[in-house]
Amino acid sequence: MNKLVINISNICYSYPGGKKVLDNLDLELFKGQKLGLVGPNGGGKTTLFYIIMGLLKPSSGSIEIFGQPVVNEKDFKKIRQKIGFLFQDSDDQLFSPTVLEDVAFGPLNLGKSKNEAIKTAQKTLEFLGLSGFEDRVTYKLSGGEKRLVSLATVLAMEPEILLLDEPTTGLDDTTRTRIMDLLTKLPITMIIISHEINFIEKTTDSIINLKNGKLLTDKEFYIHEHIHTHPYGSYPHRHVK
Amino acid sequence: MIEELSLQDSFLEQIDPRVKLIIVFLFSIVMAASYRFATLITALFICSIILLIGKVPLKEIFKRLIPVNTLIILLWLILPFSVKGDPVFLMGPFTATKAGVIYTAQISIKSNAIILMLIAVIASTRIFTIGHALHKLGVPTKLVQLFLFTFRYIHVIYREYLRLLNAMKIRGFEPRTNLHTYKTFAYLVGMLLVKSSDRAKRVHDAMLCRGFNGQFYSLNNFSITKKDLFILFSMISFIIFLGVIEWA
Repeated sequence: MNKLVINISNICYSYPGGKKVLDNLDLELFKGQKLGLVGPNGGGKTTLFYIIMGLLKPSSGSIEIFGQPVVNEKDFKKIRQKIGFLFQDSDDQLFSPTVLEDVAFGPLNLGKSKNEAIKTAQKTLEFLGLSGFEDRVTYKLSGGEKRLVSLATVLAMEPEILLLDEPTTGLDDTTRTRIMDLLTKLPITMIIISHEINFIEKTTDSIINLKNGKLLTDKEFYIHEHIHTHPYGSYPHRHVK
Repeated sequence: MIEELSLQDSFLEQIDPRVKLIIVFLFSIVMAASYRFATLITALFICSIILLIGKVPLKEIFKRLIPVNTLIILLWLILPFSVKGDPVFLMGPFTATKAGVIYTAQISIKSNAIILMLIAVIASTRIFTIGHALHKLGVPTKLVQLFLFTFRYIHVIYREYLRLLNAMKIRGFEPRTNLHTYKTFAYLVGMLLVKSSDRAKRVHDAMLCRGFNGQFYSLNNFSITKKDLFILFSMISFIIFLGVIEWA
């Protein structure tokens, strides 16, 4: 059995004056596991990520990460260096004027020297196929480029766990495939939130559903029908699968 | 004004940003306090020369001069008629005075001179570099961060504003002079405030997730060269010279 890296038990969370979004929720994540998280909008998926990162405080329950209980801000500060969190909106993540500065921000915070940080940033950009983007202005990037650079900012911290919040929403097929390939290639433990069942099926090895504040575990994938468009019109084409 | 220009082969680009900031700061103070035409015109002349040597495209200069000069046109419409003194000419019931015309001319020249100097500095320096240079010069970290974040997110907020405006337009909204219009614009502004505050919270969260501890690190290496010292020295002498013309 692999090592337990995230162990959440009996977590409850409700928004001020609102309904309970997480209701005595338990979650175990093992090293090397790639977990897909699906569920209705407003179902608490993002909230769960925020709680793991310590950005929101649950009303009850306990969290253990890497075998250590995390309770206060000091504990979370330490674990944030090892968990990378990709936000839904890349504009939230990219705040520096240029790509290189943004990607180097994390490594610098980890105490790396300027040269080391630049080296790490360049290496990460290269890994993501973004060489030459160093001096691009972040707010002028296209949606797909922004998402890839955001991923670079997270990966540059060399995290042991990745939390990805809808990494492919709003992206074209090419960028989606690119992200899909990257995520399959990365040997990192991760949880991926997505509404795109095909994407999540290809990138993860198990899927759980967050509904009514509880997790429903699916050990197997269901066989399902899907509708697709024919981008080549009436020209002959092959179906991949 | 804040849009960066790329002036690759310009000497302005190569000057240490700290030197540029010190010069523009001292220059603006002396200009703001000067009233003699000899001082003002010398300054305007030198600023134009710096921009010409710096190969700043004329189109860019004029584009950036438009906002401040729109304001100055308004001043020309009001100030000459509202200062007491000897009458110069009449326009309907209004009398323009000599003192008023001189005063307005002084304001026009000094603001243009200051803006030209700012163009020479801002247009040739990346905003982030300016931020770090300000920090190195001892401006408090919080102010510098405020400056940098404003620059980064003003675009995002502007886009959000356009999105909301389009959402209103596609549902047939047309601004008129009525309560409905005022209310709609109030909603728009309110919505922008709420969205910006939410955005700020999320950006901060994202920064915390990447180990932010209140400290910004700069990737820029500033180093003062002999050329920088020479420029600093000659510009400060020039500013002192302006002061001498004004007050001696």
